[in-house]
Amino acid sequence: MTPVATQVPFSLRIEGLSKAFGKHVICREAVVSLAMRQSLAIVGPNGSGKSTLVRMIAGLLRPDSGTITHSFGSGVVKRELWHRHIGLVSPELALYEELTGFENLDFGNRVGGWGKTSEEYATVLEEVGLGGRGEDLVSTYSSGMKQRLKYAAAFLKNPALLLLDEPTANLDEDGVARVWASLARRQLALIIATNEPQEAERAQSRFVAGR
Amino acid sequence: MPKAASSPAGRVWAVFAKDTRSEYRTRYAVNALFLFALVTLTALSFSTGGAGLSPLLAAVFFWVIVFFSALSSLAQTFVKEVETKTATFLRLTAPDDAVFFGKWGFNLLLLLMLEAVLTPLFIVMLNIPVTNWGVWIATLILGAVGLVSTTTLIGALIAVAGVRGALFSVLSFPVLLPLMVVLIRVTEVAFGGGLTEGLRDGFLVLGAYAVIATTAGWLLFPFVWRD
Repeated sequence: MTPVATQVPFSLRIEGLSKAFGKHVICREAVVSLAMRQSLAIVGPNGSGKSTLVRMIAGLLRPDSGTITHSFGSGVVKRELWHRHIGLVSPELALYEELTGFENLDFGNRVGGWGKTSEEYATVLEEVGLGGRGEDLVSTYSSGMKQRLKYAAAFLKNPALLLLDEPTANLDEDGVARVWASLARRQLALIIATNEPQEAERAQSRFVAGR
Repeated sequence: MPKAASSPAGRVWAVFAKDTRSEYRTRYAVNALFLFALVTLTALSFSTGGAGLSPLLAAVFFWVIVFFSALSSLAQTFVKEVETKTATFLRLTAPDDAVFFGKWGFNLLLLLMLEAVLTPLFIVMLNIPVTNWGVWIATLILGAVGLVSTTTLIGALIAVAGVRGALFSVLSFPVLLPLMVVLIRVTEVAFGGGLTEGLRDGFLVLGAYAVIATTAGWLLFPFVWRD
């Protein structure tokens, strides 16, 4: 297969980012930067704020202080529009169980304006190992298959920045191999929040959460 | 399958179609909506014992049933998204306008379906003579739009806030009270009572409420949905 590179120039800059829930400080004065095709691993023990940081970068959670600057294409993008350029695979994200895998991708494509065709749905489902299961309801999928479908949706969107929180959760050996191979081909900017040292090693740089 | 449409209307339609398809397969909101309405109507029918109700009392009963049925189910479209974690997918995929108007359209469909089923049952079971069908149908439509515009926004608010239960009713009641008062007065006329002189003003208020509530909901929704 030929590499699938993102076309949109991208950069991320985080300065002095802090977040607390009550008295519990999750993130303190975090400073991060990332550019096209670069990857960053966010590591740290449970409760150190890895997922919180990912949610803030995705625009799903507002920080208490500090700034997150996403630049896509020609310039800085307003927070309300970050979602156009960001993909997320996370335990905190689910697809619609009452729809089929194919219908989930079709919904994302139509509502997100990704401009993809049904042939591309089939291709990406095949890529993540769900070939032949696209017409089945997601409620009949195993947890590993649901995780694969999240990757299928993210790959179909082809975002400039892909955020992965516990990227191989529920995946079997074949699923892990397929996902890392697809990510390598796509050369997206990647942020990986993980507890697994071997997953963190795949990233070019590292940020330790909770410090 | 054709290449996906990406016009604003196409995106609204995508959210509406997704919700309709999901609802058709799960009956998540419909069951609550219709069961509440039918149980309440049956209880009312038995308690009045077939005695003729005054137009005012009949109008009050009708809108109280619709109001509480709406409260029992219309927030579900957002609550379900948050509880099943699909809200995150929706936030990262769909523009805010598409989510608001898609959910708005779906809730309106639900409420109009409820009114279509409830109206003949209400008329037959409580023996209510409708003397002005034009006024009655216009009131049903404007009332549904007003109710849906308000409850869609408040539904998103309570779903995102993670504080559900009675909060939806508590927040909705003061906002919907003026609408309810006017709806009851206009419906009273449709049932052969009240003063027809105030009908024009009543419809103006209902129309204005529908427009203002929808516009306010649309403008405020991004703050609720993104923060």
